[in-house]
Amino acid sequence: MDLFEILFWILTIGAISSALGVILSRNPINSVICLIATFFAISGHYVLLNAQFLAVVNIIVYAGAIMVLFLFVIMLMNLNADVEPQKSRLVQFAGIISGGILFLVILAALRDSKINGTLEKSANSVGLIENLGKTLFQNYVLPFEISSVLFLSAMIGAMVIGKKEPSNDLPERSPNQN
Amino acid sequence: MLLMQIDWLFLIEKIGLITIILLISLGIAAYATWGERKVAAVMQDRIGPARAGIFGLLQPLADGGKLFFKEEIIPQSASKIIFVLGPAMFMVTALMTSAIIPWGPSFEVGGRIISLQVADINIGILFIFGVVSLGVYGIMLGGWASNNKYSLLSSIRAASQSISYELAMGISLIALLMLTGTLSLHDIVEQQHGFWADGYFTWNFFKQPLGFFIFLVCAFAELNRAPFDLPECESELNMGFHLEYSSMKLGLYLFAEYINMFISSAVMATLFFGGYNYPGMDWVAAHAPQWLFVLSGVTAFFIKIIAFILFFMLIRWTLPRFRYDQLMKLGWKSLIPLALINMLITGGVALWLGK
Repeated sequence: MDLFEILFWILTIGAISSALGVILSRNPINSVICLIATFFAISGHYVLLNAQFLAVVNIIVYAGAIMVLFLFVIMLMNLNADVEPQKSRLVQFAGIISGGILFLVILAALRDSKINGTLEKSANSVGLIENLGKTLFQNYVLPFEISSVLFLSAMIGAMVIGKKEPSNDLPERSPNQN
Repeated sequence: MLLMQIDWLFLIEKIGLITIILLISLGIAAYATWGERKVAAVMQDRIGPARAGIFGLLQPLADGGKLFFKEEIIPQSASKIIFVLGPAMFMVTALMTSAIIPWGPSFEVGGRIISLQVADINIGILFIFGVVSLGVYGIMLGGWASNNKYSLLSSIRAASQSISYELAMGISLIALLMLTGTLSLHDIVEQQHGFWADGYFTWNFFKQPLGFFIFLVCAFAELNRAPFDLPECESELNMGFHLEYSSMKLGLYLFAEYINMFISSAVMATLFFGGYNYPGMDWVAAHAPQWLFVLSGVTAFFIKIIAFILFFMLIRWTLPRFRYDQLMKLGWKSLIPLALINMLITGGVALWLGK
C-alpha cells in the first residue's frame, strides 16, 4: 500500500459517504453541502490521475458557480424539513421502479466491463493544461467552436426569457396618474 | 516501507514554510486592523488608537483578547452546525490561496534547492479562481444559518456580487495569460525578472494597464471592501451576514477579511508588479551573499503588498458606498465589455508583434 493508494481510499470513502449524504439528508441545504464535498473528493481523484486542469475546472464550475446558484435558490425558497410535501404512493412506486431499472442497467454494464489492474499513475500527462489545449485546438477545433456557439445561444435564450415585457403595465398606470 | 518512500526533508521544509506563511498572514492581518484605524484617523484628522502601547501598537492584541473572552451566543433558531461552519469556511478559503504564491527567489542550502512557494502547480491562476469562487460559501452559509432576514439578504447580495465580478476578473486575467503563455505563478514571476529588458518594462502592469485596473476593481468587489461593501452595509442591513455572530466567530469573519486583503494584494503584486523582482536585482545577486539577495527579494515583495493594503484602506475611507443597482451596472455593463475589449486588443497586439 503506497501513498497513492492511501489517498485513493481516503478520497473514495469521502466521495461515497458524502454522496450518500446528499440523498439521505432531509434538509436541502445539507444536501448541497454534501454535494460540494463530493465534488471536492472527485477533484481529488482527478489530481491523482494527473488531470489537474479537469480537477480545478470541476471546482470552479460546479463547486464555485453552480452550487452557489443552487444554494441561492434554496435559500430564497426557504424550504424546511417539516414543510416538505409528502409525495403520493404512485410517485413513490414510480421512483422505486425507475431507480431499480437504472441500477440494473449499470449492474449489467459493470458486469461485462473489465477493470485493468494497473493504472498509469503520473506517467501520462494528457490531463495537463498544455496538452489539453493543444489537443482541443488542433484536433477538435470544430466541435469546440460549435459547443461554444451552443453556450452563446443558451445565454441569449436566458436573457430573452428573463427580460421584462415593457408594454404590459405602462398603459394601465397612465390613466391613474392623469 | 511506506515511511521510506516519503521525502522527509521535503515534508519538513514545506510544513515549516506553511507555518511561517500562516503566522505572517495572521500577524499582518492583525496589524492591518490597527493600520486601518490609523489611516482612518489620519484622514479624518483624529489620533486613532493610542492607549495600548506606543502608537497603540498593542491594540490588535487587546481586540483579539476581548473577542476571545466574549460570551459565545448561538441563536436558538439557527442551524447549529452550519452556523459554526460558516466562519470556519470563510477563514479556510481566505488562507488557501497563500499556498501558490511565490514569496521569494529560491535558494540553495546544502545542495538542496528550496523554493519559497508551497506548491508550484501548473494551473496556478485557475487555482486562484477556484478559491475565489469558494470564498462566497462562508458568507452564504453563515448568513443563511443565522436565520435572520438581514443576514439572508446580505448573503444573497454577497453571492450575486461575487458571481458578477468573477466574470470580469477572469476575462481580465485571460488577457494577461495571452502574454505570459503560462498559468504557473512561479513562471509568471520569473518572466518579470528585473525591471527593464529589451527596451521595455518587464512588469506586467506596463503591458496590461487596463487589465490591472479591471482586476483591481474586481478585487475590491470580491473582498467586500468599500466602496463595494454592500453585503455588510451598516445603514441598510445592520452589519449583514455577521449580524448574529459574537465572540471569536465574529472575530474570524473580521479577521478573514483582512487576510483576504493581504492575500489579494500579494496576488496583484505577483501577477502585475513583478512579485519579488525589483530594479537592479541582478547587481545585488552578483555582489551580495545569497541570503541577503533572498531577503531583499522578500522585502521588496512585502513592500509592494503593504503598498497595496494602504491603497485599499485609502480607497475605503475616501469613496462612498455604491448603490446596489449601480454596482450591478458597473459589473455587467462596464467592466465585462471593457475586459472583453482589452482581451481583443491584447490578442491583436500579440499577433502583430508575432509573440
